[in-house]
Amino acid sequence: MSLKKVHEEQPKDFKFNSENLKKVEEIFKRYPEKNKKSAVMPLLYLAQRQNDNWIPLAAMKYIANYLSIPYISVYEVATFYTMYNLAPVGKHFIQVCTTTPCLIRGADKIVKLCKEKISPNENEISKQGSCSWMEVECLGACVSAPMVQINDDYYEDLDEKSTKEILESLIKDKPLKPGSYRGRKNTAPEKKLNTNGENHA
Amino acid sequence: MLKKEDKIFKNIYNELGWDIESSLKRDDWKNTKDLISKGRDWIINEIKTSQLRGRGGAGFSTGLKWSFAPKEVGSRPHYLVINADESEPGTCKDRDILRFEPQKLIEGCLIAGFAVSAHVCYIYIRGEYLNEGKRLQEAIDQAYEKKYLGKNACGSGWDFDIHIHFGAGAYICGEETALLESIEGNKGQPRLKPPFPALVGLYGCPTIVNNVETIAVVPTILRRGGKWFSSIGKPKNTGTKIFCISGNVNSPCNVEEEMGIPLKELIEKHAGGVVGGWENLQAVIPGGSSMPLLPKKICDTITMDFDSLIENKSGLGTAGIVVINKDQDIVECMARIARFYKHESCGQCTPCREGSGWMWRILDRVVKRKATYGDVELLADVTKQIEGHTICAFGEGSAWPVQGLLRHFRKEVESRCREEPLIKKKLNNPYLVDQHLLENKNA
Repeated sequence: MSLKKVHEEQPKDFKFNSENLKKVEEIFKRYPEKNKKSAVMPLLYLAQRQNDNWIPLAAMKYIANYLSIPYISVYEVATFYTMYNLAPVGKHFIQVCTTTPCLIRGADKIVKLCKEKISPNENEISKQGSCSWMEVECLGACVSAPMVQINDDYYEDLDEKSTKEILESLIKDKPLKPGSYRGRKNTAPEKKLNTNGENHA
Repeated sequence: MLKKEDKIFKNIYNELGWDIESSLKRDDWKNTKDLISKGRDWIINEIKTSQLRGRGGAGFSTGLKWSFAPKEVGSRPHYLVINADESEPGTCKDRDILRFEPQKLIEGCLIAGFAVSAHVCYIYIRGEYLNEGKRLQEAIDQAYEKKYLGKNACGSGWDFDIHIHFGAGAYICGEETALLESIEGNKGQPRLKPPFPALVGLYGCPTIVNNVETIAVVPTILRRGGKWFSSIGKPKNTGTKIFCISGNVNSPCNVEEEMGIPLKELIEKHAGGVVGGWENLQAVIPGGSSMPLLPKKICDTITMDFDSLIENKSGLGTAGIVVINKDQDIVECMARIARFYKHESCGQCTPCREGSGWMWRILDRVVKRKATYGDVELLADVTKQIEGHTICAFGEGSAWPVQGLLRHFRKEVESRCREEPLIKKKLNNPYLVDQHLLENKNA
């Protein structure tokens, strides 16, 4: 269970825009009519997208009203799950996987680079550009380790050089393409074997 | 070694295209209508003949699980739920199925849904797999266009709908009852069992929860016969399995192989061998982070199947193989896994919530060479206090890797410890509060 704190400065109002209201109707169709509460997670995602990738308290109250459930039921969901950001994050939000499979392929070097290039601390918006980074637990791309997730996309098979390039491209606001940075096809074994060679970060 | 024609997932690296037209060329949806027309009992019997065991970690017989669903639909509808909340460190097989073989999964959902009398299926995908989820949604839309889903799905006379539900980064939601809680819009905290989900599950209705890989192999099993599937691998550990080989190997990869393949063959043939050669191997985590690690001595001869790994006090789990060579600090690796469990504990049961933090802090002290011999004893004790004292299997999952470390690398751990100091200073060990989190304002 992670400890999450809500942001100090909160906007007063939150409302879904008309586009999202249509999406909400679509979401409701997925669940039985009696069980509208199921929609709380998709709705929190919509709120997060609409509000620059973080959820203010006003949005939780709004969703609670919308679903006719107590505010606390929305609040406990938003604070339980780690992917709901309760404080502003950078426009380019970098999540570095540092769990064991990535760690033994050199994730600590990526963390170091993030500290140098982006900000010395996690969840701190960078001075140059608008980036922030944080360490996260396993992102489920272990055979492509080490890897980072930037907004929605996975950047895989990284080493120090490629990480530097990616981070610099983010600071310039021209992000590079996601995918493997060792030129391999998805999770296939590489034909060219680097026997006994260290080719990773 | 698995023959090429026996591979079930032919497009696991996306060499043949993921869209429905390419899938149809690979025999997906070939005679689904005929399979369904043979009836519920035939399907379940065929799966029982195949001896398919769940691929999500526990290895429970799939045919048996399906037969637990009530035969007649009563006042409550039945549900099928697919567990695609793949978060076990070391595992990334379901991701490739979602991305590149979605039609196998969708067809499997229809057949399994029919077999357990469910008209609605929810696929619970972890939130980080947003792109994979979008891809699956496209595949589902394509299947709807071809009338393979929806009213009278695939001409079988069975109405069937599939919905995707995204998780939001909670490992615990891979536990089936936590997953159901999460779909219901609650915190993902596991329920007490019994009642099992097969009788009281999603919205209080009978629900069958299966892993992605389990469901995706079902159509092929039915098409080629349960006997064919059970002829591959070892008795009671039959069929093929996607292994994810990560860590210190020369070419980490996902590969489909038969059950019971020797670990050494798997690593050398498919993953290009251990970095620094086989002699440089220190330990292997054979089935995702919650399974105890195996030292090199056992790795030399072990075969990868449920039963022989259990004999060696480990488990196949999700078949996420993490190879650790001698260049790595084994205690640090396991301390990081302990930190993972500390972070992901849902906080419902006290032994797990508090104990997972204890284990991490003690291991962290060992890594920093600040621990005493007494700490090692305490660590062993804490793992025993957690194991078996929690609602779900997370307690075991967090305690086993530490027990494995102590079982096989106790000397390594103790070599970093020191005697209890004669004059005790007041240690600033944050036992009750996670100090490091409180200091970090936005954590």
